[in-house]
Amino acid sequence: MKSYSQIVQGNKRTDATFVAAGLVLLLIAMLTLLALIFDLASQGIPRLSWDFLTNFPSRRAARAGILSSWVGTSLVMIVTAALAIPLGVAAGVYLEEYAPKNWVTDVIEINVTNLAGVPSIIYGLLALGLFVYGLNMGQTVLVAGMVLALLILPIVIVATREGIRSLPQSMREGSYALGADQWQTVSRHILPSARPAILTGAIVGLSRAIGETAPVITIGALTFIAFLPPSPVQDTIPFINFDWLESPFSLLPIQMFNWISRPQASFHVNAAAAGLVLLSMTLLMNSVAIYIRYRLRKVL
Amino acid sequence: MKYGAIALGAAVLATMSGGASAQNLVKVDGSSTVFPITEAMAEEFQIEYRGKYRVTVGVSGSGGGFKKFCRGEVDVTNASRPIRPSEVEQCRENGIEFMELPVALDALAVVINPKNDWVDYLTVDELKKMWEPDAQRKINNWSQIREGFPDKSLDLFGAGADSGTYDYFTQAIVGKEHASRGDYTASEDDNVLVMGVANTLGGLGFFGFAYLSENTDKLKPVPIKYKDADPVLPSIETAKNATYQPLSRPLFVYVSKTAADNREVVQKFVDYFLDPELAPELVSEVGYVPLPAEAYDLARKAFDDRVTGTVFENGSQIGISIEDLLRSERSR
Repeated sequence: MKSYSQIVQGNKRTDATFVAAGLVLLLIAMLTLLALIFDLASQGIPRLSWDFLTNFPSRRAARAGILSSWVGTSLVMIVTAALAIPLGVAAGVYLEEYAPKNWVTDVIEINVTNLAGVPSIIYGLLALGLFVYGLNMGQTVLVAGMVLALLILPIVIVATREGIRSLPQSMREGSYALGADQWQTVSRHILPSARPAILTGAIVGLSRAIGETAPVITIGALTFIAFLPPSPVQDTIPFINFDWLESPFSLLPIQMFNWISRPQASFHVNAAAAGLVLLSMTLLMNSVAIYIRYRLRKVL
Repeated sequence: MKYGAIALGAAVLATMSGGASAQNLVKVDGSSTVFPITEAMAEEFQIEYRGKYRVTVGVSGSGGGFKKFCRGEVDVTNASRPIRPSEVEQCRENGIEFMELPVALDALAVVINPKNDWVDYLTVDELKKMWEPDAQRKINNWSQIREGFPDKSLDLFGAGADSGTYDYFTQAIVGKEHASRGDYTASEDDNVLVMGVANTLGGLGFFGFAYLSENTDKLKPVPIKYKDADPVLPSIETAKNATYQPLSRPLFVYVSKTAADNREVVQKFVDYFLDPELAPELVSEVGYVPLPAEAYDLARKAFDDRVTGTVFENGSQIGISIEDLLRSERSR
């Protein structure tokens, strides 16, 4: 017969073992990541400079820069975010708050969850057939933004739904009790409370989209382009224009792949530096999201 | 930091100009092997005609490039192998006439591990024995290749089946384009092949000359014995004087006749590839072998006379110098 203290000790030992195992696994994951980043940084940092950010690609590794590709990546991400976040949030709210519980909704739900697991190249092929050839939209920033938005839409939808589902039912009931209708409840209570979760989902999605190569290569992203899309601001009324949506483009991951497959080692250094820029863009997006989330938490 | 970001933003907005007109834009696509040459040309071209003319270059491989070219989506396509009869047919159906221009030579180097001390040279037949479709799962030891080679496992590395490099190699070695064993390590990134051979004692691989010349400390080139000639090592000279056979190959750009006739920018851009002063300099700078001087003249004449079609109606021709090829183009 075990005494209480023996049982407690046994349980404590199990706990300690689990914590140790968890720590070791976490360390393995973190160390791998850190080793990769360190390798990238030690190669790439010496190459980073103002010129690297403001030069176009070149046959001379030392003169080559990533201007066209980082501008391309930024513009495509703007389009992706502008399309995927409103659509995804709206779809999530509909499915969670408005959709009747019937087989149509079930089919939609299963589809959305499955879409999150579809390989990205499939989205590229879809966009090539539908947008580029079917609708004749050409190989533009807009199409790239659309295909990446499709790609991350399931992530945003699922995150929105999870966020909404975690809210207590009493919040809705309280709102209705005060005479609010369904839209008022959703827009004034549900959405603001679910915002942190939605933001997280959006950032996870965008971080995935920024590194994607396969679907954008499929729709015809360029490797060499030594000019920028037309400026979104102009000096005549109405001061902004959207011609840049129709522009051909290149992206950072494509430029990196081209450089890393060159024979000359100096181009491999460029690829590492471009990788660092891509990493910092992802990090920047993440920190903006964390900042917004922090601000929102304080307000609530 | 903050001001840096603002300055960068302002600099970018200032560089972003008005809309690009399609009339002054050359669209190029195609082979990744030829890409560095076209990139160099495009770079110089845009420096000379700043703000007036523009070039975009995509990389969808030789085959992908021809698909777009024959649909009329691009004006020029890069190719590391000649156009295939099926692709010529595709172009004809869509009414696309084209000029075929050789722009550089490349020696496909066959390489082994530097610690491999038993291979002094290889004949084309021995290479065929390794790579032909029948070798699959049967030929996997060096002792099977030649009497006297040691009992060491043979590990093959080569370009993936989608690349023009693969097509040319199989045509030259196996005798049939696109036919080889399937159980070798394939990669579209030649640096992966370099690492593979460098880390495998019994490894053998093939890729463009530039990947050998950048990695001479990690790899050993194999002299190739073709027919009755002495074994020849790949080099700039042996590619240029056509003694490195059958693995020196021409690289091409294909130019749409309609685009060249109607748009000055296309004509001007192609001039760069044919410039006997500038082109050899740029081609060597990116690691390829320039054409012999006479070839530039012949290619120039063929282009100016708008000689359309291909001299490779029956696939790649092995063992012919580039001048003879261009002469046969003229005589059609």
